Amino acid sequence: MAGVLVFTEVKDGKLKKTSREALSIGGKLAEAMGGELVAFASDRAVVDEAGKYGAKKLFVANVGPYMTEPYAAALQHAVSQSQASVVLLGGTSNGRDLAPRVAARMNAGVASDVDRLEWTNGKLRARRPVYSGKAYATVEVSSNPAIATTRPNAFPPEESGGGAPQVVEIAVQVEAKAKLIDTKMPEAGEMSIAEADIIVSGGRGLKEAANFSLIRDLAHAIGGAVGASRATVDAGWIDHQHQVGQTGRVVSPNLYIACGISGAIQHLAGMTSSKHIVAINRDPEAPIFRVADLGVVGDLFQIVPALTEEVKKAKTH
Amino acid sequence: MNSVVCIAQVPDTESRIKIAGDSRRIDEAGIKFIVSPYDEFALEEAIRLKEKSGGDVTVVGFGPDRVQQALRECLARGATKALHIKGETAEADSLGIAKVLAAAIKSLPHDFVFFGKQGVGTDNSLVGPMVAELLGYPQINVVTHLEAGDGKVTAHREIEGAEEIIEASLPAVITAQKGLNEPRYASLKGIMAAKRIAIDSKSVADLGLQDSDVFNQRVTTVKLELPPEKKAGRKIDGGDAAAAAKEIVKYIREEAKAL
Repeated sequence: MAGVLVFTEVKDGKLKKTSREALSIGGKLAEAMGGELVAFASDRAVVDEAGKYGAKKLFVANVGPYMTEPYAAALQHAVSQSQASVVLLGGTSNGRDLAPRVAARMNAGVASDVDRLEWTNGKLRARRPVYSGKAYATVEVSSNPAIATTRPNAFPPEESGGGAPQVVEIAVQVEAKAKLIDTKMPEAGEMSIAEADIIVSGGRGLKEAANFSLIRDLAHAIGGAVGASRATVDAGWIDHQHQVGQTGRVVSPNLYIACGISGAIQHLAGMTSSKHIVAINRDPEAPIFRVADLGVVGDLFQIVPALTEEVKKAKTH
Repeated sequence: MNSVVCIAQVPDTESRIKIAGDSRRIDEAGIKFIVSPYDEFALEEAIRLKEKSGGDVTVVGFGPDRVQQALRECLARGATKALHIKGETAEADSLGIAKVLAAAIKSLPHDFVFFGKQGVGTDNSLVGPMVAELLGYPQINVVTHLEAGDGKVTAHREIEGAEEIIEASLPAVITAQKGLNEPRYASLKGIMAAKRIAIDSKSVADLGLQDSDVFNQRVTTVKLELPPEKKAGRKIDGGDAAAAAKEIVKYIREEAKAL
Protein backbone atom coordinates (compact mmCIF):
# COMPACT_ATOMS: atom_id res chain seq x y z
CA MET A 1 0.00 0.00 0.00
CA ALA A 2 1.23 3.45 -0.86
CA GLY A 3 2.17 5.21 2.30
CA VAL A 4 4.72 7.30 4.15
CA LEU A 5 7.83 6.04 5.90
CA VAL A 6 9.56 8.34 8.40
CA PHE A 7 13.20 7.79 9.37
CA THR A 8 13.34 8.64 13.07
CA GLU A 9 16.27 9.31 15.35
CA VAL A 10 16.47 8.50 19.01
CA LYS A 11 18.21 10.49 21.71
CA ASP A 12 18.25 9.43 25.37
CA GLY A 13 15.51 6.86 24.67
CA LYS A 14 13.18 9.40 23.09
CA LEU A 15 12.39 10.59 19.58
CA LYS A 16 14.28 13.69 18.51
CA LYS A 17 12.08 16.73 18.02
CA THR A 18 12.76 16.81 14.27
CA SER A 19 11.63 13.17 14.09
CA ARG A 20 8.36 14.03 15.87
CA GLU A 21 7.90 16.90 13.44
CA ALA A 22 8.49 14.61 10.45
CA LEU A 23 6.04 12.01 11.83
CA SER A 24 3.40 14.70 12.30
CA ILE A 25 3.53 15.95 8.73
CA GLY A 26 4.02 12.37 7.54
CA GLY A 27 0.70 11.40 9.14
CA LYS A 28 -1.09 14.17 7.28
CA LEU A 29 0.46 13.14 3.96
CA ALA A 30 -0.44 9.50 4.54
CA GLU A 31 -4.04 10.52 5.19
CA ALA A 32 -4.14 12.57 1.98
CA MET A 33 -2.74 9.59 0.07
CA GLY A 34 -5.11 7.13 1.69
CA GLY A 35 -2.07 5.23 2.91
CA GLU A 36 -0.40 4.26 6.13
CA LEU A 37 2.24 6.01 8.23
CA VAL A 38 5.14 3.77 9.22
CA ALA A 39 8.46 4.58 10.87
CA PHE A 40 12.03 3.38 11.04
CA ALA A 41 14.21 3.54 14.17
CA SER A 42 17.47 2.03 15.33
CA ASP A 43 16.11 1.55 18.85
CA ARG A 44 12.81 -0.05 19.87
CA ALA A 45 12.65 2.11 23.00
CA VAL A 46 10.59 4.61 21.01
CA VAL A 47 7.87 2.20 19.93
CA ASP A 48 5.13 3.72 22.11
CA GLU A 49 6.14 7.27 21.25
CA ALA A 50 6.11 6.47 17.52
CA GLY A 51 2.59 5.12 18.00
CA LYS A 52 1.48 8.34 19.69
CA TYR A 53 2.59 10.18 16.58
CA GLY A 54 0.51 7.93 14.38
CA ALA A 55 2.96 5.24 13.18
CA LYS A 56 1.18 1.95 12.52
CA LYS A 57 4.38 -0.02 12.08
CA LEU A 58 7.90 0.48 13.37
CA PHE A 59 10.80 -1.04 11.46
CA VAL A 60 13.68 -1.58 13.86
CA ALA A 61 17.24 -2.37 12.80
CA ASN A 62 19.88 -3.09 15.37
CA VAL A 63 22.53 -0.99 13.64
CA GLY A 64 24.03 0.80 16.64
CA PRO A 65 25.27 4.40 16.45
CA TYR A 66 24.82 6.25 13.16
CA MET A 67 27.08 5.29 10.26
CA THR A 68 26.04 6.00 6.69
CA GLU A 69 26.34 2.63 4.98
CA PRO A 70 24.60 0.27 7.45
CA TYR A 71 21.84 2.84 7.98
CA ALA A 72 21.38 3.26 4.22
CA ALA A 73 21.03 -0.50 3.83
CA ALA A 74 18.55 -0.74 6.71
CA LEU A 75 16.44 2.19 5.54
CA GLN A 76 16.36 0.92 1.97
CA HIS A 77 15.18 -2.42 3.31
CA ALA A 78 12.38 -0.75 5.28
CA VAL A 79 11.33 1.33 2.26
CA SER A 80 11.17 -1.74 0.02
CA GLN A 81 9.32 -3.82 2.59
CA SER A 82 6.76 -1.11 3.38
CA GLN A 83 6.44 -0.10 -0.30
CA ALA A 84 6.21 3.47 0.92
CA SER A 85 5.77 6.07 -1.82
CA VAL A 86 7.10 8.89 0.35
CA VAL A 87 10.12 8.78 2.66
CA LEU A 88 10.66 11.62 5.12
CA LEU A 89 13.76 12.32 7.21
CA GLY A 90 14.15 15.11 9.75
CA GLY A 91 16.72 17.59 8.44
CA THR A 92 19.39 16.77 11.03
CA SER A 93 23.06 16.06 10.30
CA ASN A 94 22.24 12.37 9.99
CA GLY A 95 19.03 12.88 8.01
CA ARG A 96 20.89 15.04 5.53
CA ASP A 97 23.75 12.52 5.32
CA LEU A 98 21.43 9.59 4.71
CA ALA A 99 18.71 10.94 2.38
CA PRO A 100 20.93 11.46 -0.71
CA ARG A 101 22.68 8.12 -0.16
CA VAL A 102 19.42 6.18 -0.13
CA ALA A 103 18.03 8.29 -2.97
CA ALA A 104 20.96 7.47 -5.26
CA ARG A 105 20.55 3.81 -4.37
CA MET A 106 16.84 3.83 -5.29
CA ASN A 107 17.04 6.27 -8.23
CA ALA A 108 14.80 8.61 -6.25
CA GLY A 109 14.48 12.39 -6.13
CA VAL A 110 14.98 14.38 -2.94
CA ALA A 111 13.55 17.71 -1.84
CA SER A 112 15.90 19.07 0.85
CA ASP A 113 15.07 21.19 3.84
CA VAL A 114 11.39 21.62 3.03
CA ASP A 115 9.02 23.77 5.06
CA ARG A 116 5.77 22.74 3.34
CA LEU A 117 4.65 19.38 2.02
CA GLU A 118 1.52 18.20 0.27
CA TRP A 119 0.30 15.29 -1.80
CA THR A 120 -1.28 16.51 -5.06
CA ASN A 121 -2.24 14.56 -8.15
CA GLY A 122 -0.31 11.55 -7.03
CA LYS A 123 2.92 13.50 -6.51
CA LEU A 124 4.82 14.94 -3.60
CA ARG A 125 4.91 18.72 -3.76
CA ALA A 126 7.31 20.57 -1.47
CA ARG A 127 8.28 24.14 -0.79
CA ARG A 128 11.87 24.87 0.11
CA PRO A 129 13.83 28.02 0.80
CA VAL A 130 16.60 28.64 -1.73
CA TYR A 131 19.31 31.32 -1.82
CA SER A 132 19.14 31.05 1.99
CA GLY A 133 15.56 32.21 2.09
CA LYS A 134 15.89 35.01 -0.48
CA ALA A 135 13.46 32.94 -2.59
CA TYR A 136 11.18 29.93 -2.24
CA ALA A 137 11.06 27.07 -4.73
CA THR A 138 8.08 24.77 -5.09
CA VAL A 139 9.27 21.44 -6.39
CA GLU A 140 7.53 18.26 -7.45
CA VAL A 141 9.12 14.91 -6.78
CA SER A 142 7.84 12.36 -9.27
CA SER A 143 9.98 9.33 -8.42
CA ASN A 144 8.81 6.37 -6.40
CA PRO A 145 9.74 6.68 -3.64
CA ALA A 146 9.80 10.45 -3.32
CA ILE A 147 12.15 11.59 -0.56
CA ALA A 148 12.21 14.80 1.50
CA THR A 149 14.12 16.14 4.48
CA THR A 150 12.12 18.43 6.74
CA ARG A 151 13.43 21.73 8.00
CA PRO A 152 13.67 21.79 11.82
CA ASN A 153 10.89 23.86 13.46
CA ALA A 154 8.84 24.10 10.24
CA PHE A 155 6.20 21.47 11.09
CA PRO A 156 4.61 21.54 14.55
CA PRO A 157 4.81 18.17 16.35
CA GLU A 158 1.27 16.92 17.04
CA GLU A 159 0.36 13.65 18.69
CA SER A 160 -2.39 11.84 16.88
CA GLY A 161 -2.96 9.39 19.71
CA GLY A 162 -2.49 5.92 18.22
CA GLY A 163 -1.67 2.72 20.03
CA ALA A 164 1.64 0.87 19.98
CA PRO A 165 2.67 0.03 16.41
CA GLN A 166 3.58 -3.40 15.18
CA VAL A 167 7.34 -3.92 15.38
CA VAL A 168 9.14 -5.35 12.35
CA GLU A 169 12.77 -6.34 12.89
CA ILE A 170 15.23 -5.77 10.08
CA ALA A 171 18.57 -7.55 9.95
CA VAL A 172 21.40 -5.96 7.96
CA GLN A 173 25.00 -7.04 7.72
CA VAL A 174 26.99 -4.27 6.12
CA GLU A 175 30.63 -3.49 6.71
CA ALA A 176 30.95 0.30 6.99
CA LYS A 177 33.82 1.74 4.95
CA ALA A 178 33.41 4.94 6.98
CA LYS A 179 33.51 4.09 10.67
CA LEU A 180 32.66 6.25 13.66
CA ILE A 181 35.71 6.23 15.94
CA ASP A 182 34.80 8.81 18.56
CA THR A 183 32.51 11.73 19.34
CA LYS A 184 33.95 14.97 20.67
CA MET A 185 31.79 17.35 22.68
CA PRO A 186 33.79 20.55 22.26
CA GLU A 187 31.53 22.96 24.09
CA ALA A 188 29.85 21.00 26.84
CA GLY A 189 26.28 22.05 27.56
CA GLU A 190 26.03 24.37 24.57
CA MET A 191 22.89 24.07 22.56
CA SER A 192 23.05 23.85 18.76
CA ILE A 193 21.35 26.61 16.78
CA ALA A 194 20.05 24.03 14.30
CA GLU A 195 17.04 22.91 16.27
CA ALA A 196 16.80 25.60 18.97
CA ASP A 197 13.46 27.27 19.75
CA ILE A 198 15.21 30.41 20.93
CA ILE A 199 18.41 31.90 19.53
CA VAL A 200 20.29 34.88 20.97
CA SER A 201 22.77 36.20 18.39
CA GLY A 202 25.65 38.62 18.65
CA GLY A 203 27.23 40.79 15.97
CA ARG A 204 30.05 43.22 15.46
CA GLY A 205 28.37 45.61 17.89
CA LEU A 206 29.85 43.44 20.65
CA LYS A 207 33.22 45.04 19.81
CA GLU A 208 35.36 42.12 21.03
CA ALA A 209 35.33 38.36 21.59
CA ALA A 210 35.11 38.58 25.38
CA ASN A 211 31.79 40.41 25.15
CA PHE A 212 30.12 37.30 23.75
CA SER A 213 29.69 36.47 27.45
CA LEU A 214 26.77 38.95 27.43
CA ILE A 215 25.10 36.89 24.69
CA ARG A 216 25.89 33.60 26.44
CA ASP A 217 24.43 34.88 29.73
CA LEU A 218 21.19 35.92 28.07
CA ALA A 219 20.97 32.68 26.08
CA HIS A 220 21.56 30.68 29.24
CA ALA A 221 18.95 32.65 31.21
CA ILE A 222 16.28 32.27 28.54
CA GLY A 223 17.16 28.68 27.61
CA GLY A 224 18.33 29.40 24.08
CA ALA A 225 21.26 28.77 21.77
CA VAL A 226 24.03 31.25 20.95
CA GLY A 227 24.08 32.55 17.36
CA ALA A 228 26.55 34.85 15.63
CA SER A 229 26.95 37.00 12.55
CA ARG A 230 29.51 36.15 9.89
CA ALA A 231 31.67 39.14 10.82
CA THR A 232 32.21 37.81 14.34
CA VAL A 233 33.00 34.30 13.08
CA ASP A 234 35.45 35.64 10.48
CA ALA A 235 37.08 37.74 13.21
CA GLY A 236 37.59 34.55 15.22
CA TRP A 237 35.43 35.68 18.16
CA ILE A 238 33.32 32.54 18.06
CA ASP A 239 33.22 29.15 16.34
CA HIS A 240 31.57 28.71 12.92
CA GLN A 241 28.99 26.29 14.40
CA HIS A 242 27.23 29.39 15.71
CA GLN A 243 27.05 31.29 12.41
CA VAL A 244 23.59 32.23 11.18
CA GLY A 245 23.15 33.18 7.53
CA GLN A 246 24.00 32.25 4.00
CA THR A 247 27.38 30.63 4.67
CA GLY A 248 26.29 29.53 8.12
CA ARG A 249 23.02 27.96 9.06
CA VAL A 250 19.56 29.06 8.00
CA VAL A 251 17.38 29.00 11.12
CA SER A 252 13.72 29.53 11.93
CA PRO A 253 13.29 29.46 15.70
CA ASN A 254 10.23 30.73 17.54
CA LEU A 255 12.25 33.63 18.95
CA TYR A 256 15.38 35.29 17.53
CA ILE A 257 17.10 38.03 19.50
CA ALA A 258 19.70 39.93 17.43
CA CYS A 259 22.13 42.01 19.50
CA GLY A 260 24.50 44.41 17.79
CA ILE A 261 23.80 42.88 14.36
CA SER A 262 23.27 45.44 11.61
CA GLY A 263 21.67 42.91 9.26
CA ALA A 264 23.75 42.22 6.15
CA ILE A 265 21.71 40.60 3.37
CA GLN A 266 23.33 37.21 4.03
CA HIS A 267 22.40 37.36 7.70
CA LEU A 268 18.82 38.48 7.05
CA ALA A 269 18.43 35.62 4.58
CA GLY A 270 19.39 33.19 7.32
CA MET A 271 16.96 34.32 10.02
CA THR A 272 14.02 36.24 8.53
CA SER A 273 11.77 33.17 8.69
CA SER A 274 12.06 33.18 12.51
CA LYS A 275 8.59 33.52 14.00
CA HIS A 276 9.39 36.37 16.43
CA ILE A 277 12.34 38.69 15.99
CA VAL A 278 13.73 41.15 18.55
CA ALA A 279 16.60 43.42 17.49
CA ILE A 280 18.78 45.56 19.71
CA ASN A 281 21.03 48.02 17.86
CA ARG A 282 22.40 51.52 18.31
CA ASP A 283 21.81 52.55 14.73
CA PRO A 284 18.13 53.33 14.09
CA GLU A 285 18.75 52.87 10.34
CA ALA A 286 20.20 49.34 10.69
CA PRO A 287 18.63 46.95 8.13
CA ILE A 288 17.88 44.44 10.91
CA PHE A 289 15.02 46.72 12.02
CA ARG A 290 13.29 46.09 8.70
CA VAL A 291 12.60 42.50 9.73
CA ALA A 292 12.32 42.92 13.51
CA ASP A 293 8.92 42.58 15.17
CA LEU A 294 10.29 44.52 18.11
CA GLY A 295 13.19 46.84 17.47
CA VAL A 296 15.04 48.49 20.35
CA VAL A 297 17.30 51.39 19.46
CA GLY A 298 19.93 51.61 22.13
CA ASP A 299 23.18 50.45 23.67
CA LEU A 300 23.39 46.67 23.86
CA PHE A 301 25.97 46.90 26.68
CA GLN A 302 23.23 48.45 28.83
CA ILE A 303 20.16 46.66 27.49
CA VAL A 304 21.38 43.06 27.19
CA PRO A 305 22.49 42.69 30.85
CA ALA A 306 19.26 44.41 31.98
CA LEU A 307 17.30 41.98 29.80
CA THR A 308 19.17 38.99 31.26
CA GLU A 309 18.19 40.13 34.76
CA GLU A 310 14.59 40.73 33.71
CA VAL A 311 14.38 37.27 32.11
CA LYS A 312 15.75 35.66 35.28
CA LYS A 313 13.08 37.51 37.30
CA ALA A 314 10.36 36.46 34.87
CA LYS A 315 11.50 32.82 35.12
CA THR A 316 11.22 32.76 38.91
CA HIS A 317 7.70 34.22 38.93
CA MET B 1 47.57 11.73 -3.48
CA ASN B 2 45.26 12.55 -6.37
CA SER B 3 42.10 14.50 -5.84
CA VAL B 4 39.06 15.44 -7.86
CA VAL B 5 37.30 18.59 -6.67
CA CYS B 6 33.74 19.06 -7.93
CA ILE B 7 32.72 22.68 -7.97
CA ALA B 8 29.45 24.53 -8.42
CA GLN B 9 29.22 28.03 -9.81
CA VAL B 10 26.63 30.07 -7.91
CA PRO B 11 25.38 33.66 -7.65
CA ASP B 12 27.53 35.84 -5.39
CA THR B 13 26.05 35.77 -1.87
CA GLU B 14 25.65 39.56 -2.05
CA SER B 15 23.25 39.17 -4.99
CA ARG B 16 19.69 40.37 -4.85
CA ILE B 17 17.61 37.58 -6.31
CA LYS B 18 15.10 38.39 -9.05
CA ILE B 19 12.74 35.85 -10.59
CA ALA B 20 12.86 35.23 -14.34
CA GLY B 21 9.82 35.58 -16.59
CA ASP B 22 9.09 31.84 -16.52
CA SER B 23 8.65 31.99 -12.68
CA ARG B 24 10.83 28.90 -12.41
CA ARG B 25 14.36 30.26 -12.43
CA ILE B 26 16.29 33.28 -11.24
CA ASP B 27 16.95 36.15 -13.59
CA GLU B 28 20.69 35.86 -14.29
CA ALA B 29 21.00 39.38 -15.72
CA GLY B 30 23.46 41.41 -13.69
CA ILE B 31 24.34 38.48 -11.43
CA LYS B 32 27.99 37.92 -10.65
CA PHE B 33 28.81 34.22 -10.49
CA ILE B 34 31.38 32.84 -8.08
CA VAL B 35 32.82 29.48 -7.05
CA SER B 36 30.45 28.28 -4.31
CA PRO B 37 32.07 29.35 -1.01
CA TYR B 38 32.24 25.86 0.54
CA ASP B 39 33.96 24.56 -2.60
CA GLU B 40 36.87 26.86 -1.81
CA PHE B 41 37.59 24.85 1.35
CA ALA B 42 37.35 21.64 -0.69
CA LEU B 43 39.82 22.95 -3.29
CA GLU B 44 42.26 24.26 -0.69
CA GLU B 45 42.36 20.90 1.09
CA ALA B 46 43.08 19.10 -2.17
CA ILE B 47 45.87 21.55 -3.04
CA ARG B 48 47.42 21.05 0.41
CA LEU B 49 47.37 17.26 -0.05
CA LYS B 50 49.07 17.68 -3.41
CA GLU B 51 51.72 19.99 -1.97
CA LYS B 52 52.47 17.46 0.76
CA SER B 53 52.60 14.27 -1.26
CA GLY B 54 52.35 15.15 -4.96
CA GLY B 55 49.70 14.10 -7.43
CA ASP B 56 47.02 15.90 -9.39
CA VAL B 57 44.14 18.13 -8.40
CA THR B 58 41.46 17.97 -11.09
CA VAL B 59 38.58 20.41 -10.83
CA VAL B 60 35.33 19.38 -12.45
CA GLY B 61 32.38 21.64 -13.17
CA PHE B 62 29.06 20.79 -14.83
CA GLY B 63 27.06 23.65 -16.30
CA PRO B 64 26.84 26.30 -19.01
CA ASP B 65 29.86 28.02 -20.64
CA ARG B 66 30.30 30.50 -17.78
CA VAL B 67 31.50 27.57 -15.60
CA GLN B 68 34.84 27.73 -17.47
CA GLN B 69 35.58 30.97 -15.69
CA ALA B 70 35.11 29.28 -12.30
CA LEU B 71 37.38 26.42 -13.38
CA ARG B 72 40.01 28.93 -14.53
CA GLU B 73 39.91 30.55 -11.10
CA CYS B 74 40.51 27.15 -9.45
CA LEU B 75 43.48 26.53 -11.74
CA ALA B 76 44.88 29.92 -10.72
CA ARG B 77 44.70 28.86 -7.08
CA GLY B 78 46.62 25.66 -7.69
CA ALA B 79 44.48 22.99 -9.33
CA THR B 80 46.51 21.13 -11.99
CA LYS B 81 43.77 20.00 -14.41
CA ALA B 82 40.22 21.03 -15.23
CA LEU B 83 37.24 19.36 -16.86
CA HIS B 84 34.15 21.22 -18.01
CA ILE B 85 31.02 19.19 -18.67
CA LYS B 86 28.66 21.27 -20.73
CA GLY B 87 24.98 21.28 -19.85
CA GLU B 88 22.07 23.34 -18.65
CA THR B 89 22.20 22.29 -14.99
CA ALA B 90 19.20 24.45 -14.11
CA GLU B 91 17.06 21.69 -15.65
CA ALA B 92 18.90 18.79 -13.98
CA ASP B 93 18.03 17.42 -10.55
CA SER B 94 20.72 16.60 -7.97
CA LEU B 95 20.82 12.91 -8.87
CA GLY B 96 21.13 13.82 -12.56
CA ILE B 97 24.12 16.04 -11.71
CA ALA B 98 25.58 13.30 -9.50
CA LYS B 99 25.33 10.75 -12.33
CA VAL B 100 27.22 13.07 -14.67
CA LEU B 101 29.95 13.79 -12.12
CA ALA B 102 30.29 10.14 -11.09
CA ALA B 103 30.73 9.13 -14.74
CA ALA B 104 33.38 11.82 -15.21
CA ILE B 105 35.27 10.99 -12.00
CA LYS B 106 35.71 7.33 -13.03
CA SER B 107 38.18 8.34 -15.74
CA LEU B 108 40.13 10.82 -13.57
CA PRO B 109 42.93 9.92 -11.14
CA HIS B 110 41.67 10.15 -7.56
CA ASP B 111 42.14 8.99 -4.00
CA PHE B 112 39.84 11.74 -2.76
CA VAL B 113 36.71 13.27 -4.23
CA PHE B 114 35.99 16.64 -2.65
CA PHE B 115 32.82 18.74 -2.64
CA GLY B 116 31.66 21.74 -0.65
CA LYS B 117 29.11 20.69 1.97
CA GLN B 118 26.43 22.44 -0.10
CA GLY B 119 26.11 24.58 -3.18
CA VAL B 120 25.32 28.01 -1.79
CA GLY B 121 22.02 29.07 -3.33
CA THR B 122 20.34 25.80 -4.22
CA ASP B 123 21.31 24.63 -0.72
CA ASN B 124 20.48 20.99 -1.41
CA SER B 125 23.52 19.23 0.14
CA LEU B 126 22.77 16.21 -2.02
CA VAL B 127 25.27 15.78 -4.85
CA GLY B 128 28.36 14.75 -2.81
CA PRO B 129 26.74 11.81 -0.98
CA MET B 130 24.91 10.79 -4.17
CA VAL B 131 28.23 10.57 -6.03
CA ALA B 132 29.65 8.53 -3.12
CA GLU B 133 26.79 6.06 -3.44
CA LEU B 134 27.04 5.85 -7.24
CA LEU B 135 30.77 5.10 -6.99
CA GLY B 136 30.39 2.81 -3.97
CA TYR B 137 32.71 4.98 -1.88
CA PRO B 138 32.46 5.92 1.79
CA GLN B 139 31.41 9.51 2.51
CA ILE B 140 32.32 11.92 5.27
CA ASN B 141 30.12 15.01 5.26
CA VAL B 142 30.57 18.48 6.74
CA VAL B 143 34.25 17.98 7.47
CA THR B 144 36.19 20.48 9.61
CA HIS B 145 39.48 18.58 9.92
CA LEU B 146 41.18 15.97 7.76
CA GLU B 147 44.24 13.74 7.98
CA ALA B 148 45.21 11.55 5.07
CA GLY B 149 46.93 8.26 5.94
CA ASP B 150 48.06 5.21 4.05
CA GLY B 151 44.96 4.11 2.14
CA LYS B 152 42.71 5.76 4.68
CA VAL B 153 41.49 9.10 5.94
CA THR B 154 40.52 10.33 9.38
CA ALA B 155 38.19 13.30 9.46
CA HIS B 156 36.09 15.35 11.86
CA ARG B 157 32.44 15.59 10.90
CA GLU B 158 30.37 18.42 12.35
CA ILE B 159 27.05 17.36 13.86
CA GLU B 160 24.61 19.23 16.13
CA GLY B 161 26.71 20.64 18.96
CA ALA B 162 29.51 18.07 18.63
CA GLU B 163 32.04 16.53 16.29
CA GLU B 164 32.39 12.93 15.20
CA ILE B 165 35.74 11.44 14.32
CA ILE B 166 35.36 9.13 11.35
CA GLU B 167 37.84 6.85 9.66
CA ALA B 168 37.27 5.78 6.08
CA SER B 169 39.08 3.76 3.46
CA LEU B 170 40.20 5.46 0.23
CA PRO B 171 38.94 6.42 -2.24
CA ALA B 172 36.44 8.49 -0.29
CA VAL B 173 34.07 11.40 -0.81
CA ILE B 174 34.59 14.37 1.51
CA THR B 175 32.30 17.39 1.75
CA ALA B 176 34.01 20.46 3.19
CA GLN B 177 32.71 22.77 5.90
CA LYS B 178 33.97 26.26 6.66
CA GLY B 179 36.84 25.97 9.14
CA LEU B 180 38.51 23.02 7.37
CA ASN B 181 41.29 25.40 6.31
CA GLU B 182 41.97 28.98 5.28
CA PRO B 183 41.66 29.11 1.45
CA ARG B 184 44.43 30.97 -0.36
CA TYR B 185 43.95 33.67 -2.96
CA ALA B 186 45.23 33.18 -6.48
CA SER B 187 48.73 34.61 -6.91
CA LEU B 188 49.74 36.54 -10.02
CA LYS B 189 52.09 33.66 -10.86
CA GLY B 190 49.19 31.23 -10.43
CA ILE B 191 46.97 33.28 -12.71
CA MET B 192 49.65 33.34 -15.41
CA ALA B 193 50.35 29.60 -15.06
CA ALA B 194 46.62 28.79 -15.22
CA LYS B 195 46.38 30.47 -18.62
CA ARG B 196 48.67 27.81 -20.05
CA ILE B 197 46.45 24.92 -18.87
CA ALA B 198 43.80 23.80 -21.34
CA ILE B 199 40.39 23.07 -19.86
CA ASP B 200 39.16 19.72 -21.08
CA SER B 201 35.56 19.74 -22.28
CA LYS B 202 32.97 16.98 -22.54
CA SER B 203 29.26 16.62 -23.13
CA VAL B 204 26.80 14.49 -21.21
CA ALA B 205 26.70 12.13 -24.21
CA ASP B 206 30.53 11.84 -24.19
CA LEU B 207 30.18 10.35 -20.69
CA GLY B 208 27.83 7.68 -21.99
CA LEU B 209 24.73 9.17 -20.41
CA GLN B 210 21.37 9.98 -21.96
CA ASP B 211 19.77 13.37 -21.43
CA SER B 212 16.83 11.46 -19.94
CA ASP B 213 19.10 10.23 -17.09
CA VAL B 214 19.94 13.78 -16.19
CA PHE B 215 17.38 16.40 -17.16
CA ASN B 216 13.81 16.96 -15.99
CA GLN B 217 13.77 13.77 -13.99
CA ARG B 218 12.57 12.96 -10.48
CA VAL B 219 12.57 16.54 -9.17
CA THR B 220 11.26 19.52 -11.13
CA THR B 221 10.86 23.11 -10.04
CA VAL B 222 7.27 24.15 -10.49
CA LYS B 223 7.53 27.66 -9.18
CA LEU B 224 10.11 30.09 -7.84
CA GLU B 225 8.90 33.09 -5.86
CA LEU B 226 10.20 35.77 -3.56
CA PRO B 227 9.26 35.50 0.10
CA PRO B 228 6.44 37.76 1.27
CA GLU B 229 7.82 41.14 2.26
CA LYS B 230 8.15 41.08 6.01
CA LYS B 231 6.53 44.06 7.69
CA ALA B 232 8.71 45.81 10.21
CA GLY B 233 7.20 45.84 13.64
CA ARG B 234 7.42 48.35 16.46
CA LYS B 235 10.56 50.32 17.15
CA ILE B 236 11.16 51.64 20.64
CA ASP B 237 13.78 53.87 22.22
CA GLY B 238 16.16 51.93 24.44
CA GLY B 239 17.65 54.96 26.19
CA ASP B 240 16.31 53.66 29.48
CA ALA B 241 17.77 50.13 29.52
CA ALA B 242 15.67 48.85 32.44
CA ALA B 243 12.42 50.03 30.84
CA ALA B 244 13.47 48.57 27.46
CA ALA B 245 14.30 45.24 29.11
CA LYS B 246 10.82 45.14 30.69
CA GLU B 247 9.22 45.92 27.31
CA ILE B 248 11.18 43.11 25.62
CA VAL B 249 10.23 40.60 28.31
CA LYS B 250 6.57 41.62 27.94
CA TYR B 251 6.84 40.99 24.19
CA ILE B 252 8.59 37.63 24.68
CA ARG B 253 5.99 36.54 27.20
CA GLU B 254 2.83 37.76 25.48
CA GLU B 255 3.59 37.45 21.76
CA ALA B 256 6.33 34.83 21.43
CA LYS B 257 5.00 32.96 24.48
CA ALA B 258 8.56 31.93 25.17
CA LEU B 259 8.72 32.71 28.89
